[in-house]
Amino acid sequence: MKRHLISAADLTRDDAVLILDTAEEMARIADRPIKKLPTLRGRTICNLFFEDSTRTRISFEAAEKRLSADVINFAAKGSSVSKGESLKDTAQTLEAMGVDAVVIRHSASGAPYRLATSGWIDAPVINAGDGTHQHPTQALLDAFTMRRRLVGKDALGQDLAGRRITIVGDVLHSRVARSNVDLLHTLGAEVTLVAPPTLVPVGVERWPCEVSYSLDEVLPKSDAVMMLRVQRERMNAAFFPTEREYSRRYGLDGARMAKMPEHAIVMHPGPMVRGMEITAEVADSDRCTVVEQVANGVSIRMAVLYLLLGGSEPAVTTTSAAPRTEESK
Amino acid sequence: MDTQVPRTAEADAVRPVLEAQDIARVLTRIAHEIVERAKGADDVVLLGIPTRGVFLARRLAAKLEEITGAQVPVGSLDITMYRDDLRMKPARAIGRTEIPGDDIDGRLVVLVDDVLFSGRTIRAALDALGDLGRPRAVQLAVLVDRGHRELPIRADYVGKNLPTSLRETVKVQLQEEDGRDAVLLGQRTSPAGLH
Repeated sequence: MKRHLISAADLTRDDAVLILDTAEEMARIADRPIKKLPTLRGRTICNLFFEDSTRTRISFEAAEKRLSADVINFAAKGSSVSKGESLKDTAQTLEAMGVDAVVIRHSASGAPYRLATSGWIDAPVINAGDGTHQHPTQALLDAFTMRRRLVGKDALGQDLAGRRITIVGDVLHSRVARSNVDLLHTLGAEVTLVAPPTLVPVGVERWPCEVSYSLDEVLPKSDAVMMLRVQRERMNAAFFPTEREYSRRYGLDGARMAKMPEHAIVMHPGPMVRGMEITAEVADSDRCTVVEQVANGVSIRMAVLYLLLGGSEPAVTTTSAAPRTEESK
Repeated sequence: MDTQVPRTAEADAVRPVLEAQDIARVLTRIAHEIVERAKGADDVVLLGIPTRGVFLARRLAAKLEEITGAQVPVGSLDITMYRDDLRMKPARAIGRTEIPGDDIDGRLVVLVDDVLFSGRTIRAALDALGDLGRPRAVQLAVLVDRGHRELPIRADYVGKNLPTSLRETVKVQLQEEDGRDAVLLGQRTSPAGLH
């Protein structure tokens, strides 16, 4: 594995499967009376959130605390950033304080990459979402949820080969969609994007996926349908005539859900806008994995943090499971 | 060291100290000792340490069932996250922890591993157990005790005491993992670190 986790495209199939397998073990810790491991004791992780976030920040914090790391939370609001401090100065401040890893969320695409490669900071950088670029831990937790639901809870070592995943909605502004396309392709799944033509990004023909404009055609052939939120805060133009027209053509309601195969699941990275891309009926059905995705997020982030920071260097994935050696007894 | 027996000239240097039959006999004896010391095996829980400890624990459970006629709960306890040398190597894949029944509170936990060496694995296992509950007592069963302890830890049940030099290697092979049962004593060929 690479030292930083900036993009889901950085992960090889073996890396991704190792993270999913590790997360499977981490998930079991949630059932224990003491939900804590001593593994990252004495390591300091800074959560650098330049953009609002509820579930990702809480999820990272929970994962860090379960691994016994010391956590520093940084939110741009109420910090020197609002006084005009640059990313570079913030990074160097953290470096001077001796943080062992940085989790960063930023509204500018490429900010985590800049932080990781500029030499401002020595610690591993984990991307918790940057602009419309990438959100690799979200893609990992989605893949984990799919593997658990579609392949089985004890599918250690397995990928998502041949599973058909449909991603619906505001692909243009969605880092979740980009990360998912990369990771799902790496894991062998077939991805179809469904969106109004105005919300399909330029250059999508080079992505390893199909594009369709008709949700009803794709639904019966899907093992999982991922609904995306329409990101109004990033929209500076009229991408569709009215919300009602959008939800009629690209929203998921009970009647549409009935067209999906029996085993198929409905996913959503959250936050959901009920009545827009998803109806309450679908959101509250037991085929909808939104709450499960949040729980899985903690396990996935524990796995990523452990594999990046747990040893002297990131996990090596030439073999999927290194046998315990005789010397190490 | 490799998990495979070297097939080259070094193979001459690898000498079996326990064969399949010996291992079976030794496990039967340990099972009897557990029953004797626990006065039955009513509250015994066997926890194997991955990878080979788990197979040994399952075999012991089968023997205990033969002796007492009652099923003995058997599980696994992964100690990777509790190791004291985590930061000396790249992050390792973690194994499965499977606690049979509800919990281990008030039970007699018998830890099972293949080789007892520095004692650091067992130290980690005791830490891991502490996070899982509060057993009535914890005992340790190992197939081979090769000495060179670095911590004040001893085994309650030992298959074979094998005095070794630090230049020697001890390798346990089990049917479930390696396709055959044997304990092999070899010479260290590479100047690998000890721990």
